[in-house]
Amino acid sequence: MADGVAAPGGHGATSGPRDPTYRDGARAAIPFAVAVAGFGLTFGALARTVDMGPVAVVVMSATTFAGSAQFAAVSVLAEGSVAAAVAAAILLNARYVPMGIASASAIAGPWWRRLLVGQLVVDESWAIAHRGDGTFDRRRLIGAGAVLYVAWVVSTAVGALGAGLLGDPRRLGLDAAFPALFLALMWPQVRDRRAAAAAVLGAAIAVAASPFTPPGVPIVAASVAALVGLRR
Amino acid sequence: MTAAWTVVALVGLATVAIKASGPLLLGGRDLPPRAMRAMRLLAPALLAALVVTQSVVSGGRLVLDERSLGLAAAFVALLLRAPTLLVVVVAAVTTAVARLAI
Repeated sequence: MADGVAAPGGHGATSGPRDPTYRDGARAAIPFAVAVAGFGLTFGALARTVDMGPVAVVVMSATTFAGSAQFAAVSVLAEGSVAAAVAAAILLNARYVPMGIASASAIAGPWWRRLLVGQLVVDESWAIAHRGDGTFDRRRLIGAGAVLYVAWVVSTAVGALGAGLLGDPRRLGLDAAFPALFLALMWPQVRDRRAAAAAVLGAAIAVAASPFTPPGVPIVAASVAALVGLRR
Repeated sequence: MTAAWTVVALVGLATVAIKASGPLLLGGRDLPPRAMRAMRLLAPALLAALVVTQSVVSGGRLVLDERSLGLAAAFVALLLRAPTLLVVVVAAVTTAVARLAI
């Protein structure tokens, strides 16, 4: 997912006497879905270069549905470490714990429904569902989440199947697309000083750990930087 | 099971569990504010680590190469408020052209 490109949510354009519908959520998600599909094509093609079959690529998108974690897992796996790839993806997705807690009040019903609707929470659908006052709208969340889910899974499938057409990704500079994407995803998240400090510290820890640890471990080690959030 | 499928299975299971945890277990309750703040900072810290390890680190060493140029171009594009997709394209094209030229 193009985590971080999300605009503030709220239902300003559709507010009024009527409640938001699934369609309102779906419509709000369309511009994001276009960007997401671009990343999905890239992800599908790049995942094939690390020896991941097209079925594995699509299964990953369908079950994980979290772009930056998938990119991270695949790029760390390219360096050879399964454990570090899994750990990096899990740590990148850890933010969905607080986001899930924040939107939990909008996700009601039997346990299986809460489990399924919870999967539709990604940065963009979460932002679209946010009413701007700390509460969330269930219909906008589901409408937006469903559109983004279909865009992500279908575009990764197309990217994975068309990977052969791309040729050597290094020749096209696609290896530089990864860090650029992560920089772009990070960009809107480092507006306040504490987040910027965490980013700088995380980068420093990763660089410092690189000569002494196997690939992937520096990224996991960088999570220690989040502890600056414990300071008052 | 190949390495790729192992990653797909473990990351998939873990992510489903992570995303389900809030709605399933905690209902409307909140984490303590300090824990919440630390959680939010995980994403910038990890993303910054990914940026540097994939642009200025190679084989455990600090290096400046064509990828670093691509990242610098992406940084400029972001300063100029380019959309995310364009930022990624600028980085890739810069790196590809640098490889041709160097």
